[in-house]
Amino acid sequence: MMRNTSKAQDFKFQAGERIVGKWHHHEYTILSVLGAGATGTVYLAQHKSGKVALKVGFETPSIISEVNVLKHFAKVQGTVLGPSLIDVDDHVADGTIIPFYVMEYLDGVSLFSFMKQHQQEWLSVFFLQLLSDLQLLHQAGWVFGDLKPDNVLIVGPPYRIRWLDVGGTTQIGRSIKEYTEFFDRGYWGLGSRVAEPSYDLFACCMIMVNIAYPKRFEKLKAGNDQLKEAVMHSPLLAPYAPVIKKGLYGNYASAEAMKQELLSLLHKKKHVMPQQQAKTTVASSRIQHKKQSRHNKRGVAFELLLLGTFFLVVYFFYLWSQSM
Amino acid sequence: MDLKKGTLRQVLLITDGCSNHGEDPIAMAALAKEHGITVNVIGILEERNEEYHRKGLKEVEEIAMAGGGVSQIVYTSQLSQTVQMVTRKGMAQTIQGVINSELSQILGKDAVIEDLAPQQRGEVMEVADDLGETMDLEVLILVDASGSMEKKLATVQESLIDLSISLNARMGFNQFSLYAFPGKREECEQLIDWTPRLNTLSSIFSKLSSGGITPTGPALKVALAEFTDRLSKRRMISGDEEYIEGSGF
Repeated sequence: MMRNTSKAQDFKFQAGERIVGKWHHHEYTILSVLGAGATGTVYLAQHKSGKVALKVGFETPSIISEVNVLKHFAKVQGTVLGPSLIDVDDHVADGTIIPFYVMEYLDGVSLFSFMKQHQQEWLSVFFLQLLSDLQLLHQAGWVFGDLKPDNVLIVGPPYRIRWLDVGGTTQIGRSIKEYTEFFDRGYWGLGSRVAEPSYDLFACCMIMVNIAYPKRFEKLKAGNDQLKEAVMHSPLLAPYAPVIKKGLYGNYASAEAMKQELLSLLHKKKHVMPQQQAKTTVASSRIQHKKQSRHNKRGVAFELLLLGTFFLVVYFFYLWSQSM
Repeated sequence: MDLKKGTLRQVLLITDGCSNHGEDPIAMAALAKEHGITVNVIGILEERNEEYHRKGLKEVEEIAMAGGGVSQIVYTSQLSQTVQMVTRKGMAQTIQGVINSELSQILGKDAVIEDLAPQQRGEVMEVADDLGETMDLEVLILVDASGSMEKKLATVQESLIDLSISLNARMGFNQFSLYAFPGKREECEQLIDWTPRLNTLSSIFSKLSSGGITPTGPALKVALAEFTDRLSKRRMISGDEEYIEGSGF
């Protein structure tokens, strides 16, 4: 029997309540609820070092698994991918053990509310940032798994997309345990639930689709082209359509490959996009470049002629001196 | 017990509750548990008819509790994700039970994972996660095909294909077998023999004629017999197969 922990499910902390860890004796004061998920509730709490996010789990095993993942995230060096882990402990109330962990508090807004207030260009910025982060995570041997707008947050300025809930992160080659149907390629019949980079890339593309279709949509019985058509019919997704389509069909081996194609697509778009200024500057710089090269060729010919004339003059002087 | 060699054995019962024929399903689930077989139960609700299901809900919970498994009540539309979640939770719970009994041997009677310091829990949990990923799994699916379930069977079928997609992504080996109750001639009828994949399920439920009885107890009895038969056959062949018992619960 899992002793008493099932009671933790009904447990709610009130604002102002103090929590003292059983093992490490750190003290936290609950400020408010940040969110409630399938595995527990996240509170905003005050620690003497500042504001922190404190997650209280319904079950010990799922909390331990999440802590393990956060520890692995800390090992991915270079950039901070997920929120950093601060403390893991138990709170004991009336003999009931309530497992919790404390992580960095990320202050930001949801992707949806950010996009409502800002221009569309930001979408490509976050798309690229997401792909850069995924590349690092994949290189470290992990797949994010349950990638969706709910699990990311826009922090800043400077604005940056950050991962909020890393509970679904899975080692490459294992099976995905947590997913959300709309973002799961298995649901759409477009691949397995084996944790591999292309699983995340599919979900990443579906985040884009979700921004274009905020209400989402259900799978139709027939046809695998439903997603492709959804992408085609969205003006918002048009600039990225070729990359999104390839991502949905699992045609990228890595996040880096997808990022590079997205970059070159965004760059290429400048030639054909109706933005007049971009078009002319790019075009004129091209012409200049060509002129430059032609000029170079002429210069070489001229130098050769000069050199030839010089030798000819020297030769004449030589002849002249001989005849003297 | 050597967990690495073991196989997790589960019955996945999909019903709207309200059995009305034969043995007590709760007793049958308790019996299955004694044989090291976990019984997970999914209770399907219909959005409109909550009053009718209040009775069924209680039965669903009691069967799972007696069978050492997990139960979950869902609306038809959320079935797919629930089926895989319940199966995984049931696996984790069985593994956790074994780990807890191992802990009791080391730390003393009734020791649980919460008695370890948070740092050590992480290591224990990694072992549990490893086992969940790599152990072989046998799931016998029991589908209630009585009159009240008739309209939901298409969704059940879809969710079972989805379960197969999820579990076949695991590193361990899977076997599925599908039974429905009541069957055409018997109380419980095998529709699909043990197979590693459930992707060829098209219209399997259509050949059933739904009668008025709901023999949940007898169906669980058939499931138990199938597992024990299978086990004794395999014992005769290989002689060394161990299986997990959900002790510790």
